[in-house]
Amino acid sequence: MAPVTDNPFHVRIAKKIYPPVANRDAHLVLRDIDFVIEPRSFVVMTGPSGCGKSTLLNIIAGLDRDFEGRVDVGAGEPTIGYIFQSPRLLPWRTVEENVALPLPKGDARRERIPDLLARVGLTGQATAYPERLSLGMQRRVALARGFVLEPDILLMDEPFVSLDDPTARDLRQLLIDLWNRRPTTVLFVTHDRHEAVMLGTRLLRLSGGSATLVQDEAIRLSPGDRSDPDRVRAEQRRIFHDA
Amino acid sequence: MLNYSTLRASAANVSMSNSALVRLAWSLGSLLVFLIFWDVAANIIDHRHLPRPLQVWQTLIEQIRTGDLLFHVGMTLGRVLVSFFVAMLIGGALGLALGRSKMADLLFDSWLIFFLNLPALVIIILCYVWFGLTETAAILAVAINKIPNVAVTVREGARSLSRDLNEMAEIYRFGWWKTLRHVTLPQLAPFFAAAARSGLSLVWKIVLVVELLGRSNGVGFQLHTAFQLFDVSMILAYAVSFILVIQVIEMGVLQPIEARVNRWRR
Repeated sequence: MAPVTDNPFHVRIAKKIYPPVANRDAHLVLRDIDFVIEPRSFVVMTGPSGCGKSTLLNIIAGLDRDFEGRVDVGAGEPTIGYIFQSPRLLPWRTVEENVALPLPKGDARRERIPDLLARVGLTGQATAYPERLSLGMQRRVALARGFVLEPDILLMDEPFVSLDDPTARDLRQLLIDLWNRRPTTVLFVTHDRHEAVMLGTRLLRLSGGSATLVQDEAIRLSPGDRSDPDRVRAEQRRIFHDA
Repeated sequence: MLNYSTLRASAANVSMSNSALVRLAWSLGSLLVFLIFWDVAANIIDHRHLPRPLQVWQTLIEQIRTGDLLFHVGMTLGRVLVSFFVAMLIGGALGLALGRSKMADLLFDSWLIFFLNLPALVIIILCYVWFGLTETAAILAVAINKIPNVAVTVREGARSLSRDLNEMAEIYRFGWWKTLRHVTLPQLAPFFAAAARSGLSLVWKIVLVVELLGRSNGVGFQLHTAFQLFDVSMILAYAVSFILVIQVIEMGVLQPIEARVNRWRR
């Protein structure tokens, strides 16, 4: 098993500006953001929609390099897994091929794919094409693809949005199981406060407007507490001051 | 779930092959009507410049028997295939580059328009003048005629490539070859198919002109000879045989490839 790097991720963003387009002026999206993600922590991030959460993830992922600041990952280049809002599978490749593609040819981890597919509940779907699957199933494929690499950091951008409740619940449980088997650093963006408290060990909250960090708080729940909806709701009230 | 989808797929196949049979019957029927019409007209006009279908058929058999037809059709087919692949490869690469890079598009768009509107005959004559009456000049002339069409079609596809999938490929470090093979080319497949369809029919017509002007074999050369002898029966025999060859390629090669490339679609 590939070792998880023990380097913290230090994210500093002084300014992220979207350049002016046809009918919109230049727009300051993110400002004065500075936080450290400890290895193997499960950090959840919330904030109003459109505040720049996805932009922040893209910056950490290295997809967006046009910003003032620095993402410090310590020595070496970390392996990144990114689970996007839409599954972003290749529709012309089968489930198995989609999961295998991030791995180099002949990589030993390829042999564990059937096992991984079974764990995410895709037994018998290995040779199916993604567009023949439901959205929930496609999300499972995306999860498997994110985990197959055994990434040093897993970025997740509202990966369970627009699913019905039972499906979202199943997938959350699946994520917890996968994470317990191999705890890795996770940065999980969500709108859903209940989901945030249930999954995370620490909450980061962004403000609206030109977003900056307004809250950074530990989520105090034991693994056992997390399967108890009342405990989760109580912690949610404490953190968000929800009624 | 899997059983159900296989079942549905095979049901779709059955109904598809049924409708394909009906279409084939209609095509054959209308072709027969055409032949009857032709025969009646040739009978009424009764001139050696309009032979009857049976005469053309006899010429065809005669040409096959002597081996002439096979040789000339083979030569032409060889030129068609080589220039077709050269044009698809270069035109495809060019289209991809133009669709991906705004700078390249700005630089070369006017060149493309120039070559698109340059008459085929001019390109053929210039190639022969500059490079001599050689095989290379002939192939080059045909390819240059086709490259701009392929480039324009593939450019459309390259402009609409999914940014989402490209980001995914970047995150998972696919590298350029994996990205091209698994992400980019599958998205461009319909555009390549369109270019190949229109390309094959364009290429073989131009190959005939190239042969007529500067080659000593091939269907174009035979047509030239038949023209000098006013042998209409021969002209029609070669035309018909080549139409058949192109149809076989279309149905036996291009369509199966297209079906295979599209099998993932719902």
